[in-house]
Amino acid sequence: MELRGPSRVEEKLYTLRWKHDRTSHIAITDPRTCADRCGDEWRRPCTTFCPAKVYEWDPEQARIVVAYENCVECTTCLVGCPYRVIDWRPPRGGFGIQYRYG
Amino acid sequence: MEKFDAVVVGAGPAGAAAATTMARAGLSVVLVERGEYPGAKNVMGGVMYGRMAAEVVPEFWTQGAPIERVVVEERIWLATDDSAVSVSHRSPKGAYHPDGCPNAFTVLRAKWDRWFAQKAEEAGALLVPGTTVEDVLWQDGRVAGVRTGREEGDLHADVVVLCDGVNSALVERARLRDHPVEPHQLALGVKEVVGLPPEVIEGRFNVERGQGVTIEIYGAVTRGMSGYGFLYTNHDSVSVGVGVLVSHLMRTRIPPYELLEGLKQHPLVRPLLAGGETLEYSAHAIPEGGWRAMPKLYGDGVLVAGDAAMMVNGLHREGSNLAMTAGRLAGETVVEAKQRGDFSARTLSLYAAKLEESFVLKDLRKYRDLPELAERRPDLFGTFAELANLAAHEMLTVDGLPKRDKQRKIWREVTRRKPLWGLARDLYEVWRAVR
Ligand SMILES: Cc1cc2nc3c(=O)[nH]c(=O)nc-3n(C[C@H](O)[C@H](O)[C@H](O)COP(=O)(O)OP(=O)(O)OC[C@H]3O[C@@H](n4cnc5c(N)ncnc54)[C@H](O)[C@@H]3O)c2cc1C
Ligand code: SF4
Ligand code: SF4
Repeated sequence: MELRGPSRVEEKLYTLRWKHDRTSHIAITDPRTCADRCGDEWRRPCTTFCPAKVYEWDPEQARIVVAYENCVECTTCLVGCPYRVIDWRPPRGGFGIQYRYG
Repeated sequence: MEKFDAVVVGAGPAGAAAATTMARAGLSVVLVERGEYPGAKNVMGGVMYGRMAAEVVPEFWTQGAPIERVVVEERIWLATDDSAVSVSHRSPKGAYHPDGCPNAFTVLRAKWDRWFAQKAEEAGALLVPGTTVEDVLWQDGRVAGVRTGREEGDLHADVVVLCDGVNSALVERARLRDHPVEPHQLALGVKEVVGLPPEVIEGRFNVERGQGVTIEIYGAVTRGMSGYGFLYTNHDSVSVGVGVLVSHLMRTRIPPYELLEGLKQHPLVRPLLAGGETLEYSAHAIPEGGWRAMPKLYGDGVLVAGDAAMMVNGLHREGSNLAMTAGRLAGETVVEAKQRGDFSARTLSLYAAKLEESFVLKDLRKYRDLPELAERRPDLFGTFAELANLAAHEMLTVDGLPKRDKQRKIWREVTRRKPLWGLARDLYEVWRAVR
């Protein structure tokens, strides 16, 4: 039996609608923590728990790259970053994710 | 300077209930929502409870409320990778209270929240969507309004009701909480709305038009993390999702969308969704810390209700109903404070007293030890699901072995996997947390 529909996260995100702001509502306050401590002790959990794959580790730049446009505002990263270096704020009023079903 | 009686932050179930209650009593109320429309940011599995909605909007079911399906059957599955033991209760008549109010029904929040907030507007509240509250304003040591992201966006009021949902930053700004929420006090839910024709849903779930089914799935689908999967029927779609503790996601490093995909591909789930088209993916956090993790519920000029105050009963997938009741009680408290002309913490403490009297704090207190157990024992459901399926499979396999021998075999198998004292201890722990 075949199940139609997205199976990769990129395809899932494709079902969504946003109103994008020009500036990011997410900042990493101490990138060095990501490179050093978090890599050793936690293996950078933001790269796996974020349901919209906003955080990706770029080994060349040795930093986390933040695709803030994908954020669905679940607020998990406020709590899930072991060192609390993610400064996440709600996007400006009216911007960000716009669920049609929810 | 214009001043309101009350500013409500967030137009979810809590905020709309608070605003409706106060506006109906004649207070001047602003309801500020950061989404372009109420519901734009909101996600839930989808089961709403009629009694609590009716206490805010009487006979809502006769007023065009966007009800997807009235729940007539609830199923619980204890699942392994490829089988499940199922318990269910079905009662089409029992799905309604004597006055015709549906007990439980499914909703899609983008639709429901819009409708529910519209009721607050009809009662006289001023809805201001597309506006983010960034901070609370202070005056003489008490909360006296909010600062929004708009230009000249300060709103002054006698009281601020915080209904801004999970991980509220404003609760901290209002000094109602001084320690951050911990990863084991939060779950992440991911979900898809899968479109299917109504008659296909009715055939697959064995219901009539307007009737719906809920399925909660415990065991293998959470891959060793505390939480559960769910399937809820809407009119022409099925909501399928899974929620697990953030602390466990951090540890296992299983991406939530892969967990969801695994659930959708489960051999018992797949046929229910076959041929369906994913209309929308979504994700949202759930406050699961329970009673012990709640912030202070009131201060001078400020109250907090709903997810912002950790009011979720995770065991019974209840949150929207606690939010509506708490929002309403917060509203009633402000109406009384207005009559007294006193918005100090002393008067507003009435709110906590009302909550103590209601199911909200009674239930949260009853289950106060459950969050800790869920954090510590993610294996519990998986183990019991394994054992239950093993026993059912053995008893139902007709292979010529006498039943007494089968019982012995099951028992041997069970105690091999789980020593008797371990089993007894687990059961005791669960009993202690839910008694
Ligand atoms: C996956 C999932 C499944 C669930 N399933 C169920 C279920 O089946 N049944 C059930 O009863 N409960 C369920 N819940 C829980 C339920 O969704 C919540 O308990 C409920 O929505 C809480 O209502 P609330 O009004 O407190 O918060 P919310 O519904 O989150 O509303 C908060 C509102 O405040 C707005 N807001 C936030 N910050 C600001 C700001 N700074 N300025 C302005 N506006 C702001 C938000 O946009 C939002 O509209 C589920 C939750 C999830 C995530
Ligand atoms: S979890 Fe936090 S510290 Fe770790 S990589 Fe991500 S942002 Fe950096
Ligand atoms: S809020 Fe959720 S979706 Fe957005 S970046 Fe954080 S974890 Fe990812």
